[in-house]
Amino acid sequence: MRQVYLDHNATTPVLPEVLETLLHYYREDFGNPSSVHRYGRRVRVVIDDTRDCVADMLGVPASAIFFCSGGTEANNTILQGVAAALKGRGRHLVTSQIEHPAVLDTCAYLAQQGYTVTYVPVDAHGVVAPEAVRETLTDETILVSIMYANNETGVLQPIADIARLVRQRGILMHTDAVQVFGKMPLRVEELGVDFLSFSGHKLYAPKGIGGWYARPGAPLQALLHGGHQERSMRSGTEHVAGIAGLGKACAIAMRDMHQEWERQQQLQQCLEHGVQEQIPEVRIQGAEVPRLPNTTNVAFAGVEGEALMMSLDLQGVALSTGSACSSGSLEPSHVLRAMGVPAAYLHGALRCSLGRGTTLADIEYVLEILPGIVQQARALSPSFAS
Amino acid sequence: MQYSDIVQEHFEHPRNVGTIESADAEALVSNPACGDVMHLYLRIENNCITDAKFKTMGCPAAIAAGSITTELLIGRDVEAALALSRAEINTALGGLSPQKVHTSVLAEDAVRAALKKYRQR
Repeated sequence: MRQVYLDHNATTPVLPEVLETLLHYYREDFGNPSSVHRYGRRVRVVIDDTRDCVADMLGVPASAIFFCSGGTEANNTILQGVAAALKGRGRHLVTSQIEHPAVLDTCAYLAQQGYTVTYVPVDAHGVVAPEAVRETLTDETILVSIMYANNETGVLQPIADIARLVRQRGILMHTDAVQVFGKMPLRVEELGVDFLSFSGHKLYAPKGIGGWYARPGAPLQALLHGGHQERSMRSGTEHVAGIAGLGKACAIAMRDMHQEWERQQQLQQCLEHGVQEQIPEVRIQGAEVPRLPNTTNVAFAGVEGEALMMSLDLQGVALSTGSACSSGSLEPSHVLRAMGVPAAYLHGALRCSLGRGTTLADIEYVLEILPGIVQQARALSPSFAS
Repeated sequence: MQYSDIVQEHFEHPRNVGTIESADAEALVSNPACGDVMHLYLRIENNCITDAKFKTMGCPAAIAAGSITTELLIGRDVEAALALSRAEINTALGGLSPQKVHTSVLAEDAVRAALKKYRQR
């Protein structure tokens, strides 16, 4: 049976070149970078090299890049770290209703600690309006955190416009750029953010590596204390192999970015046209606004997404309903609810996220089996009058 | 989300899918929290359920619960059908995870609602 992986927003396979790099830093250059002897010195170089590479990608000084375990830790560090550093100045944070749980749950935790959090809504296309963010800002606001691309819909947020309004008020701005990092050019100067989170395993590096950008001098308290690694902002022996692999993955992402964007956009169009032509009563979320070319969130009226996902899985196609993090919960996607997706479609959403390995033949295979699967589920549904 | 082999099998090959023309008992029940909807139809002759059909909009567990419930009902008299519990459906499915137990509740609700209406007519 054909195997098609369309869940790259959940995670990506480690590229062969990246794996070679990883193995080298597990087998040969296995030293602890804090060691003074040659084993330590040899691996310190690769950490510096990756830091330079990430800094180049973002157009920032290398000293502004910090490595950690991934997107969740980066988001936790920035939200909790800014809240702690500025608690004397104010206790109000602003975010959106469509953030990843790594932001939403951290905000909920901060709310328990006595902070107040405002969740800005989105429009029907899944976009946060800069003006809506501006209206929430008060003298107490210390941080605004808005994701760059939504993980469920791929919809891009107007970060530069939001950051301008936020920073005019002297308030710090963070963006969770996990789904964008390595997919499109990211220039911190153009975005105007003070903090930015990124993750390795969404761009073909291993799980367990990621990091953040912090504008030099921006107030931030460390979450982890110990051996003073990452200039005391993130103690703990560095994941050297992961950092080396991230550097390799970043170099490949930069080299192929433009070509992959174009290629995946064509596949996305092919997928979306095919679905809309062959299946009645479908909705593609965020279709009319700027979106990542690898993400298609498509909902089918009168059926349930998990049942579709299972049927596709039985025929070799792996994708998800909404985000992998929330599958298993009863509630429909918080992102689609925030967008006001009509009730008939709310439970029937699938997220197809393409990647470097996705081919036209993969998309054709999905288009070959999906109409039958939807038709079968609808035949079983009392909510769908055919 | 891990499902038992029984759930998996009923999801892949649901039994008794459909409707019954002028059914003796039927009910349409839903769970607003998760959006699941189940429509159950029963043919009852001499106080005995001789046929059952269902349609479900829901996750694989909800579809399997609907399917196995029709199997558990056929051949029962009305009293025995009323005694069908969520626990029995859950056991027959090989055990549902705590997040999916609500699908057996929906199936039980459908049976009770259909038979309540049947007795009141």
